[in-house]
Amino acid sequence: MEEGVVNEILQGPLRDVFDSKQLITDISGSGNNWAVGHKVFGSLYQEQILEKLRKSAEHCDCLQCFFVIHSMGGGTGSGLGTFLLKVLEDEFPEVYRFVTSVYPSGEDDVITSPYNSMLAMKELNEHADCVLPIDNQSLFDIISKIDLMVNSGKLGTAIKPKSLVTSSAGAFKKRQEKPFDAMNNIVANLLLNLTSSARFEGSLNMDLNEISMNLVPFPQLHYLVSSLTPLYTLADVNIPSRRLDQMFSDAFSKDHQLIQADPKHSLYLACALMVRGNVQISDLRRNIERLKPSLRFVSWNQEGWKTSLCSVPPVGHSHSLLALANNTCVKPTFIELRERFTRLYKKRAHLHHYLQIEGMEESCFTEAMSSLSALIQEYNQLDATKSMPAEDLPRLRVAV
Amino acid sequence: MSIVTVQLGQCGNQIGFEVFDALFSDSHCPQGLCSKRENEAYQASCKERFFSEEENGVPIARAVLVDMEPKVINQTLSKAAHSGRWKYGQHSCFCQKQGSGNNWAYGYSVHGPRHEESIMNLIQKEVEKCDSLNGFLIIMSMAGGTGSGLGAFVTQNLQDRYSNSLKMNQIIWPYGTGEVIVQNYNSILTLSHLYRSSDALLIHENDAVHKICAKLMNIKQISFRDINQVLAHQLGSVFQPTYSGEGSFHYRRNPLGDLMENLVPHPEFKMLGVRNIPQMSENSLAYSTFTWAGLLKHLRQMLISNAKMEEGAFKDPALYTSWLEPVHAFSVWKTQRAFSKYEKSAALVSNSQFLVKPLDMIVGKAWNMFASKAYIHQYTKFGIEEEDFLDSFTLLEQVIASYCNLGF
Repeated sequence: MEEGVVNEILQGPLRDVFDSKQLITDISGSGNNWAVGHKVFGSLYQEQILEKLRKSAEHCDCLQCFFVIHSMGGGTGSGLGTFLLKVLEDEFPEVYRFVTSVYPSGEDDVITSPYNSMLAMKELNEHADCVLPIDNQSLFDIISKIDLMVNSGKLGTAIKPKSLVTSSAGAFKKRQEKPFDAMNNIVANLLLNLTSSARFEGSLNMDLNEISMNLVPFPQLHYLVSSLTPLYTLADVNIPSRRLDQMFSDAFSKDHQLIQADPKHSLYLACALMVRGNVQISDLRRNIERLKPSLRFVSWNQEGWKTSLCSVPPVGHSHSLLALANNTCVKPTFIELRERFTRLYKKRAHLHHYLQIEGMEESCFTEAMSSLSALIQEYNQLDATKSMPAEDLPRLRVAV
Repeated sequence: MSIVTVQLGQCGNQIGFEVFDALFSDSHCPQGLCSKRENEAYQASCKERFFSEEENGVPIARAVLVDMEPKVINQTLSKAAHSGRWKYGQHSCFCQKQGSGNNWAYGYSVHGPRHEESIMNLIQKEVEKCDSLNGFLIIMSMAGGTGSGLGAFVTQNLQDRYSNSLKMNQIIWPYGTGEVIVQNYNSILTLSHLYRSSDALLIHENDAVHKICAKLMNIKQISFRDINQVLAHQLGSVFQPTYSGEGSFHYRRNPLGDLMENLVPHPEFKMLGVRNIPQMSENSLAYSTFTWAGLLKHLRQMLISNAKMEEGAFKDPALYTSWLEPVHAFSVWKTQRAFSKYEKSAALVSNSQFLVKPLDMIVGKAWNMFASKAYIHQYTKFGIEEEDFLDSFTLLEQVIASYCNLGF
């Protein structure tokens, strides 16, 4: 809802990739106000948005999925972004809605971000098929780790300048001034790897609808923690098995997750491994067998693994792994969000900016809060089963 | 008589390619170890069963390829065409774009009815190319969405439209430690539906084939291609021509019918398994020799481990259930012609209790998941309700109980 970013893209190296008619901008922005994004701009631009969506959809032989990419803490991404979700659900009910949401970190400079995030969460709960939460702190930690490895010349490797892990050519030096490019690049890689099996051939393909099918056991529990490995390029093409196995181990460590989460010490509902490159089914199985004992899966899904093998590795690497986990380790992120929200809301700080928008009432806030609390409660219940032994329901008995 | 193969889903198509390749390579193998006339009769019989002739002399596989996303079919078609030795018919495939999402309900209730006409027309065209149709071989997996759900739908359709022809479903049993999280649901729905509409279920377990690759063939980094090739070898050893009777020199003309007659005496017992020996890497082949006694001993040992070895051990009544005489329960098919470069080889197709344990495990896991209602909403979305699940559970518990009671 303001022109600066979009204009920059239109003048940048990718300007020809985007269709200039498929853009909607405004002048003033949403002022970091969810209500402005959702209610004001939502109703203002609804027709235009619908029209452009329909036009894009017409070009598709078979439309499978929408990717919504936004942040939770601001006004436009958060407010108008979640408004869009509802529009997509009404207009294209059979098309999956995958949302990549950047959650506000601890040191976040937008004061009203807890309000915006809370209001957006309710929409995500109700209208998204699948959410991939990301937070800036984790991305920054990952970038710092890459920097450390490059600077210390660890393992005698060097990051190839053209590797997709670093940002576009030339930005290698700029990383200190503009870390966001490198951080966003990681999220871009996430989306690339997610769709690789749908775009390229492999011995065990996985489409986007399979992600939703396998990783969402109950409609409300659709938050997936993601991790990408390896984070650095290896110059050696003939990777000995030890390095390959290391890639699998890394995927489960908390340092490689794209949000602040520790899946190894929480409960897994389901886990997907998307492998790219010269990796065969025996390597995959060996690693699953190796890692399984250290992970805790919910009692009714003890072998809850979904796997895929894509033959084409990402540019500059010989293989890579994307792990998506439906795991109770997202709970702390939500609990923290609720706490930050409560602190602001109790004081009624900045509330008037929201309430003065038509259509906004205090009930919006309280409903959003109960929606999030209900979600946290679901995760709590699952965690409670962690220590209980699995009780099997008696099987059907038949007369012979 | 000819067999029309229907390949469904990624697994079905990948395996189908390897099967036709194995059949073709074997029938054109120079080391037939028999007379020229014999070899030619063998080749002709194999060709009639599985290939039809094209003008430039390149045989076309009697197959229909079905998948709900295009990548695998395109790969399969081009692999066959590139080999230059045989290929698939240009118009023998049916393809969509969006896949089935590993969802049995989507494959069965959405894709099935929507594409019924197109798929059945393709099959009809293939059937018309046969002088006489023996039956159908349907290759599919149980764990995914297309092979399992659409496969069950197609088999039902085949039963309705070609009620006089036989249907054998070649089913791939997934690895125990998942490839697909909802594989147990998809498996029980598939098995229960197929039990009603198919004539026989020839089952291959990924875990078992994986072990063959690892232990017998010494493959270090096992790929799906390796697994599929072992599978194709086993299927080839069952379906390649054999003499129609003791002392006869004519190749049998009704392979599917003969198989069913011998192996499926009662409709309650339809699950068949294959064991094939010897199975070794090509490198070892040159250095090995075999005796029939040794091979048969080995086979019987594989059938029931820990039993005592004897000659003619397959005629032991202790092996069979009380309501079958060994003479009816056991039959031998032979041919002079060597299979796939093995000087001697033997395959055992059996209908026995060996699948009870894996079936029990799958039903148990599916039941646990069902009790927690996990993932059910994904199926009810497309018209498969909880009652459908319960029906499937009931049928399969019945099958397990029947097999278990065979001992009494």
